[in-house]
This record gives sequence, C-alpha cells and structure tokens, in this order.
Amino acid sequence: MTAIAAPAAATTVPRPHLRGFTAEAVFVRRSMTQSLRDGESLSMSIMLPVMLMLLFTFVFGGALDPAGSYVDYVVPGIILLCAGFGAATTATYVARDMSSGIIDRFRTMPLRSGAVLTGHVISSLARNLLATAVVIGVALLVGFRPSAGVAAWVGATAVIALYILAITYLFAAIGLAAGSPEAASGYGFILLFLPYLSSAFVPVDTMPTWLQWFADNQPITPIIETIRGLLMGTGLGTEPLWAIGWCALIIAGSAVWGAWLFGRKSGRR
Amino acid sequence: MNAPAIDIRGLGKSFGRSVVLDGLDLTVPRGEIFALLGANGAGKTTTISILTTLQRPDRGTAAVAGFDVTTNPDAVRQRIALTGQSAAVDDMLTGTENLVMLGRLSGLSPRRARARACELLDRFALTDAATRGVRTYSGGMRRRLDLALSFVVVPDVLFLDEPTTGVDPRSRRDLWEVIRSLSDAGTTVFLTTQYLEEADQLADRVAVLDAGVIVATGTPTELKALVGTDTVVLTDADGAVVREIPTDGSVTGLRAAIDELGVDDVPGAEVTLRRPTLDDVFLSLTGAPGEASAPAFDTAEEFA
Repeated sequence: MTAIAAPAAATTVPRPHLRGFTAEAVFVRRSMTQSLRDGESLSMSIMLPVMLMLLFTFVFGGALDPAGSYVDYVVPGIILLCAGFGAATTATYVARDMSSGIIDRFRTMPLRSGAVLTGHVISSLARNLLATAVVIGVALLVGFRPSAGVAAWVGATAVIALYILAITYLFAAIGLAAGSPEAASGYGFILLFLPYLSSAFVPVDTMPTWLQWFADNQPITPIIETIRGLLMGTGLGTEPLWAIGWCALIIAGSAVWGAWLFGRKSGRR
Repeated sequence: MNAPAIDIRGLGKSFGRSVVLDGLDLTVPRGEIFALLGANGAGKTTTISILTTLQRPDRGTAAVAGFDVTTNPDAVRQRIALTGQSAAVDDMLTGTENLVMLGRLSGLSPRRARARACELLDRFALTDAATRGVRTYSGGMRRRLDLALSFVVVPDVLFLDEPTTGVDPRSRRDLWEVIRSLSDAGTTVFLTTQYLEEADQLADRVAVLDAGVIVATGTPTELKALVGTDTVVLTDADGAVVREIPTDGSVTGLRAAIDELGVDDVPGAEVTLRRPTLDDVFLSLTGAPGEASAPAFDTAEEFA
C-alpha cells in the first residue's frame, strides 16, 4: 500500500453547480443499471402479472364468463396490477438508498434535493412500460382482442404511464417513510390489494352494497374504466376526468410527502 | 481564503430533552489533520453531521471553508466531502461505475470522469477490482473506495466519521497511509475516532469530546503532558504490576524511583518505564475510556 501516492491536483476547485438535468440523468442511469442487475425483481414484476392473467383467463374466466371473452375484461386490471408490482420495487430501492450511507454523500453535495428520487421514478416508469408491453403481448396471444384504433392506444398508453408515475411516486414516498427495505415492501403490499376491490376483475354491481360504495369511489376504478373504455370501446363517461384527477392528486400528495420526508430523514443519525 | 477550515462557536444541539452538543468551540486551521476523540454517544457524529450540512444546529455557529453551514450550505457542499460510518458506496454498481457517477455529479465531463476514475482506482490499489460489483469487496476495499469517492474532486475539507471502525489492523494502517497522503495534497482532514492510537498516529491536533463539550485540545504530545510524565513500573516474575511511581524522566529521578520501588522485596522483579499514552489522557479527562457516557441531561438548564 506504500504505492499509494497523493492524488494529484493540489489546487482545490469548488464543485460547480450542475447545469440543467445532469444530476437527474446520472441518477436515472444509476437506477436503470440497478434495475437491470436486479434480474430477480425485474423478472418477477413481469412474470407475476403474466401468471395472474393466465390464472384469471383460464381458471376463473370460464366461470366468470362462459363465452370465453373474460380476457377482454380482465386485461386492464392485470396491467394496473403489473404496474403496482413494478412500482413496489421502487419503494425497496429508495429504502435501501436511505438506509445506506450513500444518501448522506449525495446530500453533502450541491445537488438538487430529490434528484436521486427522480432517477428511481423515471427508471421505474421505463421498467413498468416494458413489463406492460410484455403483458399486453401475452394477452394478445391468449385471445385479447381490443377494438382500439391508434388514437385510443396512444390515449390508453398515456393513462397507463400516468398511473405508473402516480403509483411510483407513492411507493417512493413509502420507501422514504419505511425504516428498512424489508418494511418498505411490507407496507407496499397493502396497496397491491386495491385493484381487487375495484372493477378490475368483476363488475362493481356484483359486489355487496357497502363494498360497491368503496369500489366506485376509489382511484383504481375510474382508471380501469378509462383504459377499458379506450381499448374495448366501452362507454367512457366522466371516467377519464376522474382517472386523471386521481393520478394528479396522488402525484402531488406523494411529491409533497416525499419532499418533507426527504428533508426530515437527514436527522436519522 | 484565509478563513480557518473549520470555525465552531458555541455550537449546541439537542434531540428532545437529550443535550448532545453543549456549547462547542473549535477552530481548525487549513491543512491540518484534526481528530475529534470521544466515546460512543459523546456527540462526534452529530458534530460531523452539522459541519457537513446534514443537520442544523440549535444554537451557535459553524463555518466550514469560510462559509456558514446554516446560511450558506450550498457553498459548504461545494467544498467538502464526507466519508461516513457506513460506507457510502453503491453496492449494485462496480468500483468504476461508482467513481464515474460521483465524477459526473461533481461536474466532470463523461470523459474526464472516466479518466479520473482510472487514476483513483490505481492510486487506491483497486484497479484489479475495478469491474467487480462493490458487493463482492472486502471491508478494507470498501473503505478505500469510499475514500476515493471523496477525492473525485479534491475537497477543501474532508470529513471522516470513524474511518477505521470495524477494519482489521493491517487495513487500518493502510488507511492511515492513505489519509496522510490526502492531507499532503492540501486538504484539511477532520476525523472522529474512538481509537486513541489512531488520533496519536494520525492527527496534528486532537480535541477530546465528552458529553457534548470539548474537555481538552492540543497536539498528542501536549495532551500527554497534561497527565504528568513517565511512570516507573515494577512487575513481578509473573508479569503482574506490583507498584507504579511517577517520575520526571531524569536519571536522578529514575534512580530515586527504583530505590523507592523496593525491588529487593520482589523475587524475579522487572522494572519498565511507561510513557503516558492518550489512554491516560482520556481516562483522566473523561473518567472512562471507550465506554458510552450518558448524554448530559442535567446541563440542559444552563443553555435553555
């Protein structure tokens, strides 16, 4: 170790403030690399929804719709479920960052606070859009026959992306709130049940009255109905407004909560 | 740029009713290696957290590289680097990727960041492990990478929070070597440690922190002089200490001390001369070496 010489550059130059979105770009790249190396999480977030779709289509589907078109009904729900699984990984990544020393290093640099979270969110968006594409591909193979035109597909993709963004922001905040990666995935698990209590898998009017009220007024139902309306040509009504409103509300709420938590967590030592 | 590297005045910090820092005063000139010595819970990490802008002080002021940590944290962040207790490295990335990422975040171009990464991997003896995931690194390698990350851009002030805790003795000596070389490059090094030997070996000056206040400051030599001079120790044939007598270190003093020991009464006796260590300083100043001391609840009123 005597070979270690003093690093050159005896002149100390202050670190510059980064221009534009350099920090965000670096953190997106970091999170992407993490996602690709974490093959288990990536394949689970694709495999699990695909298996659920096959389960719903071939096991429950016959009983729910003997005509065999249940797959057309269930795909929007599976897409949201898939996005939920994928976004839940974000909570784990964020919690891992916060519980390791690396966050202190970033916080002691002249960076926009939250750039590291933006990295996780953007990378989650890319990861989940990929998983969604795989799920839709498999759905088409097992008989999914959407009636959507190009404009409707673009609209549906936009709604899906908006939902992924919303739930990812929420999971990122959960990751900040949780004390450890394990706790983060535990809290997130509760959220993954929401699609079951919506119109994702069965029409709401088949549920008991008290549950109908919840299913009708929770965010997942309008989002499901919007995607279903765009892809299958069912009536849209005011559902897209509710869907966009809910997503915007979740993003705003999570961003505020996340920023507050991010500032607070520095006092953890 | 004649401001001291670190200037702390009347710094106080409490968590709830527990007073962690109770009016800290400290000045560290540029270019020094300064060690803050204290037991667990003495307030070392809180001090570093305030100086590195991670926490805000409740009372008093702190300036790093001439900039106030509360009113101008961004200017401080442009000039410091922190290597914390838990290695601040990204486990999922390789050594090179960690360094390139930090380079980019420090404002280097992609090309310059890669070149700097190569340089640092070489200088911190990590070239062989450059393309391996950091999760496969040994404890010593992680610490070296951690230090290398702090040096992607040479900081004015480098903060090291217990840099060698949990590191084996050989790696510890290697790390000391690295830290000395960093200091030679012109950086002020502020480190905390609970190892007295570390402060003795590494630091130009040492401050002893106990229950949130500085109880002594000086060079290791000055501090040792505080607890008196040499001690003549008489041990019996089994090596057990029979008697100790302080002496001024002069030949006359030594002869008198040996006479006084009563060497003839102890069969197989051995006489050794013990010089004061920082352990003695620490013991006499704080009452207990390396032991967690309770936060000073009862002093809260004085500063309330």
